[in-house]
Amino acid sequence: MAKFKETAMRYVFLLAACVSIACVALICVYLLGNGIPTIGEIGLDNFFGKVWRPGQDLYGIFPFIIGSIYVTAGAIVVGVPIGLLTAIYLAYFCPKGVYRVLNPAVRLMAGIPSIIYGFFGLMVIVPLIQDLTGTSGKSWLTASLLLGIMILPTIIGTAEPAIRAVPRSYYEGALALGATHERSTFTAVVPAAKSGVMSGVILGIGRAIGETMAVIMIAGNQTRMPGGLLDGLRTMTSNIVLEMGYSTGLHRRALIATGVVLFVFILIINTCFSLMKRKEA
Amino acid sequence: MEGKAINNTTFRDRCRAFCSHPMALVEFLLVHLGAILTGGVVLLLVGYILITGIPNLTPSLFAWKFTTDNQSMMPALVNTLCMTVLTLLMAAPIGIFSAIYLAEYAKRGNKLVKVVRLAAETLSGIPSIVYGLFGFMFFNIAAHWGFSMLAGCMTLAIMVLPLILRTTEEALMSVPDSYREGSFGLGAGKLRTVFRIILPSAMPGILSGIILAIGRIVGESAALIFTSGSGKENLTFIGQDGSFNLFAPLFQSTRTLSVHMYNLMSEGLHTKEAQATAVVLLVLVLVINAGSSFLAKKLTKGKENG
Repeated sequence: MAKFKETAMRYVFLLAACVSIACVALICVYLLGNGIPTIGEIGLDNFFGKVWRPGQDLYGIFPFIIGSIYVTAGAIVVGVPIGLLTAIYLAYFCPKGVYRVLNPAVRLMAGIPSIIYGFFGLMVIVPLIQDLTGTSGKSWLTASLLLGIMILPTIIGTAEPAIRAVPRSYYEGALALGATHERSTFTAVVPAAKSGVMSGVILGIGRAIGETMAVIMIAGNQTRMPGGLLDGLRTMTSNIVLEMGYSTGLHRRALIATGVVLFVFILIINTCFSLMKRKEA
Repeated sequence: MEGKAINNTTFRDRCRAFCSHPMALVEFLLVHLGAILTGGVVLLLVGYILITGIPNLTPSLFAWKFTTDNQSMMPALVNTLCMTVLTLLMAAPIGIFSAIYLAEYAKRGNKLVKVVRLAAETLSGIPSIVYGLFGFMFFNIAAHWGFSMLAGCMTLAIMVLPLILRTTEEALMSVPDSYREGSFGLGAGKLRTVFRIILPSAMPGILSGIILAIGRIVGESAALIFTSGSGKENLTFIGQDGSFNLFAPLFQSTRTLSVHMYNLMSEGLHTKEAQATAVVLLVLVLVINAGSSFLAKKLTKGKENG
């Protein structure tokens, strides 16, 4: 009897372990199975075209793909330098007392819901850009700033352990050769943590491109091709949320197909991430 | 200068070093600037939400029933609680059991382990809007549930599963092997060892992962808008036919606090209420975070002693 219980539970555990595989398979099959026929029905030319006018059966999502790439790039430009510098500070410059405050603060940042970031962006950053530039304030720049802030905890959380994991002897060796504390850190330690930092950046890209609720509030959401820094743009994620509520038929399926394109982007980013990790190991 | 330890640098030493290595000064300033910016952003964000929100916290916002006049967040709060519990009921056993399989049962170099890890990694990289789309297509349309709490919870359960799985696995692996050997040595079976010895000592780690999952559930909005919808009514056990139905709330459209806040913001008419909701949401997240790091600290402390 006891033997039976052992074996039965063993299979229960095994079954539970298979659930996540089943979920991934289900999501892939469902999204791709729904999305690819839709893209075929709309036509590649139309679907990756530049005009999104569902009323006239024009479903070009190219502006949104570019929009997503633009905001993500902006977020990287804003977030990576600050995040990396903060990670270096936490690992090599930080007095213990400051660490005890700053580290939980960064972890808190990771836990704050994106809707609150969006609210903050809408109430603080948008008016600020409005005053400074005299535009509507909802723009590529605004979205990049906010997303840059949002990916900070991701980058710091990956880069700081990577920098700490560099053997102390690298730092000491540089110091012994006469370099100052700063020079040793920047020229000996940080380059050695490169792959860890890079995987943090890739995680940040994944978070930025998938971000929805914050971007929707502050990016302007115009359906045209993105222009300059101060022009509004629409990302793939916000396109889905904005129009899903009232869409029907082919329009709805086009939105789902937008999600599929986003999903493919994420899969590519994920693959880069695991390749990076394998290289590290 | 005599009697000074050679690794002590005075302010003047540092100035001299900076003069001969100007890049070092630049790097010194940059690093501190970065840290100040990060700290400043957190302060500004939390400070702004608290300062603008707290004066707007009026009793009418916590009225039991939602009306267009009071824009009460009480139903949303109750819904958030219910959905959190329901989601964890689904995700926690599966996550913990699969972690047990990975950490205790699977043999080294097992192919399945690699696939499960890859799957969990993929799941944790998928953005919430994609979960929302999937949940909408699968639970709402294919399963004909419509906007319902159950659809939202199922979607969330898939979303937090990798988080629970990973933290539990880490917690299980941090249990020293001597515990297992001791238990086996006393004649306990594998199952008894897992449930009586390993799980209890890994509990703080598992709980801290579950609390992180609660944080994600409370903060989630994109995955819920199209699955559980944005119903404003209180949960009720009265079914559509007017009689008592235990499962009625499961198929009711419900909004969590985050979705409530999104709706307040996108309508654009209730900034004050949105500010107040933001405070409640932020405080919830603060408490959840503090709880999680408290438990995590307990776990590491236990390891040092043992």
